[in-house]
Amino acid sequence: MRMVKWLLAVLAGFVFYLSAAPAVWAQGVVGGPKPWEMGMQQAYGPIKNRIVALHDLVLFIITVITLLVAVLLAWVMYRYNAKRNPVPAQTSHNAILEVAWTVLPVLILVVIAIPSFRLIYYQDRTPNPDMTIKVTGHQWYWEYSYPDQGNLDVESRYVHDEDLKPGQPRLLTVDNQLVIPVNKKIRILTTSSDVIHSFFIPAFGVQRYAIPGRTIETWMEADQIGTFYGECNQICGQDHSRMPIAVRAVSDADFKAWVAETKKSASAAVLPRIASK
Amino acid sequence: MAAISDTHSHGHGDDHAHDHKPGFVARWLFSTNHKDIGTLYLIFAAVGGTLGGLLSEIMRAQLQFPNNHIVTEGQEWNTIITSHGLLMIFFSVMPALIGGFGNWFIPLMIGAPDMAFPRLNNISFWLLPPAFVLICIGLLMGESGSGWTLYPPLSNAIYEPGMGMDCTLFALHLAGASSLLGALNFIVTIFNMRAPGMTLHKMPLFVWSELVTAFLLLLAVPVLAGAITMLICDRNFGTSFFDPAGGGDPVLFQHLFWFFGHPEVYIMILPGFGIVSHVVSTFSRKPIFGYLGMVYAMIAIGVVGFVVWAHHMFISGIDVDTRAYFMAATLVIAVPTGIKIFSWIATMWGGSIELNTPMLWAIGMIFLFTVGGVTGVVLANAGLDEVLHNTYYVVAHFHYVLSLGAVFSIFCGFYYWIGKMSGHQYPEFWGKVHFWLTFVGVNLTFFPQHFLGLSGMPRRYPDYPAAFAGWNYVSSLGAYMGGAALLVFFYVCYRTFTSKAHVADNYWGEGATTLEWTQTSPPAYHTYLEMPRIT
Repeated sequence: MRMVKWLLAVLAGFVFYLSAAPAVWAQGVVGGPKPWEMGMQQAYGPIKNRIVALHDLVLFIITVITLLVAVLLAWVMYRYNAKRNPVPAQTSHNAILEVAWTVLPVLILVVIAIPSFRLIYYQDRTPNPDMTIKVTGHQWYWEYSYPDQGNLDVESRYVHDEDLKPGQPRLLTVDNQLVIPVNKKIRILTTSSDVIHSFFIPAFGVQRYAIPGRTIETWMEADQIGTFYGECNQICGQDHSRMPIAVRAVSDADFKAWVAETKKSASAAVLPRIASK
Repeated sequence: MAAISDTHSHGHGDDHAHDHKPGFVARWLFSTNHKDIGTLYLIFAAVGGTLGGLLSEIMRAQLQFPNNHIVTEGQEWNTIITSHGLLMIFFSVMPALIGGFGNWFIPLMIGAPDMAFPRLNNISFWLLPPAFVLICIGLLMGESGSGWTLYPPLSNAIYEPGMGMDCTLFALHLAGASSLLGALNFIVTIFNMRAPGMTLHKMPLFVWSELVTAFLLLLAVPVLAGAITMLICDRNFGTSFFDPAGGGDPVLFQHLFWFFGHPEVYIMILPGFGIVSHVVSTFSRKPIFGYLGMVYAMIAIGVVGFVVWAHHMFISGIDVDTRAYFMAATLVIAVPTGIKIFSWIATMWGGSIELNTPMLWAIGMIFLFTVGGVTGVVLANAGLDEVLHNTYYVVAHFHYVLSLGAVFSIFCGFYYWIGKMSGHQYPEFWGKVHFWLTFVGVNLTFFPQHFLGLSGMPRRYPDYPAAFAGWNYVSSLGAYMGGAALLVFFYVCYRTFTSKAHVADNYWGEGATTLEWTQTSPPAYHTYLEMPRIT
């Protein structure tokens, strides 16, 4: 019953997604968790679209299997109850049956595995990224570097409860968002300066650990203008729950303007920092 | 304990002239009797499980609302989750299923007078209490906040400088040594001490499950021991096995840990499979369906369980081809698991089913393990794991297979065998109350966690954005219900051990066919003084 509701919720989410898609206003969409959500977060990128599609398939299959087991169990409890069936049969083998319940699951797994293999090769890397962002995890904030934009460097920290403005979600809002151009393939390189963190944005279907001493490559793409929330997803100490990720996807022109503006204010801020070193 | 010492006055076997029991200290501290050691393990598991359960109630209370302050510090929180995981695995599920039921029933089921190495058996148990103390030190000092997975660098000396972390690591060494000694004792006993006529292919499924488990322990635990030894050296002796600054690699630890960690989950569930098989067969009054299929399914789970470990590391940056392999191998595990589920149902099919308390737990286990199993199929897909890794979906999944699979089978075994072990039967009504309260409670706790995970809530968070509040609230209510069920269980224990009534040798009747039912309830202190013969 719950599984059916769950399935319905996913379908409802999908319908909602289709109906909401054209309604893009200046602020853009907001991608993040919703109260009482029962399915995956709405997809705002090509990778997540494929993830949702595969998940719908697998969810359908596992729901059917679970219901089958539930029905069989209910049936044997009812039909072969000691009151209804006082004399037990003594069969303990049935070769055909045993072969069947070995082979059929294999076939079902093949049905799942084929699209699943396609998905992992698709989401692994992108051959021709439009730009690169290096993501560095720190205890407990994120640092985003833009090597293609002249090594622009942004540090992103969570906003304390008392500093939140109305409408800003608690534990998701950050001071400096990760700004990206919309509809561009962005290569992500993750690393860390201390412990392992995990860079996780559900709306884009992207997640990679940030591991010290390593650089891990993946990619993401936003298909709409808006704000998208994620969180650090690998235990990293005291403030593990206080290093959210907020991405702002903007138009190409807005992105260029943001780069120019940030560079200007950064150079003003960096000079004294270099001088102090 | 008291119930077991009743044997003298109430037993009716021939061998009571030899049934000499030593005094308290010699019997319980220097015990070499498999039944006494089994009892010690079961009591120990109850203590460990209660403490671990208490921690989970604290955790659910904290998570009931966002911005809650029952646990004030993130580090304190991290220590609690670490201890909860380690306690439940090493100090509750494993002692109950392996040390407890394994010690009690392997010799009884194969017709052996005791384990092969009784003194080794004693030290296997007595390594655990000091390990438990060390874990508690780590917990009380608030210094082991790495999660039970112990990933460096978070667990190394820079980020967890306290001695509590070392205590936790040494606790695992002790618990690991305990498991290893126990495992080799089990293997030697099962290979060498079966009654004449009991070939491997006639051996009860519970014994098979313990045999496979013992091999998994023997091969997996040394790898953990190696990993934590290196970690201890990194922390205290200036090595850098896992420190990139010295040429080490944090991902190496993940490989070593999960090479142990994945077989470990089968170590926890396989003995449960064995118990459930016997219970299903007994209460259906039918022999187990597809016995050989069941045996080889367990062996297959054990073998394949060793080559799937990196599915815990899909987002650790391992190569895409490696991910493809580990995904395929992981999906394969669904096949032998499916064989087990369907064979249990086929055993019930055509049977004459009595829904006593043990059978309720067994059927509950089969269904809930199925739910946990199919979400495992979801997680096996590396592509889906990209958004499910480390979320509450994973928490829901492994609690369905362990908290609901393994723990249900522990209770299943308790209700099935408590009459045999103590000589007193549990109160049927309260057993059923315990079952239903637990069943509803744990589902209410863990099912909503699937939704939280799909929605992207990370695990090991003491506080969360408001959007996750709804299902967390439901989950916490379920946890309180589960806690109440544990109190009912204590009441059941109280009623059982103070009961005046005594049960017959084979109180489950014709369905219970294994050798332990030929013994008195409780069995004599020394059983099988005369070797049974299996035809």
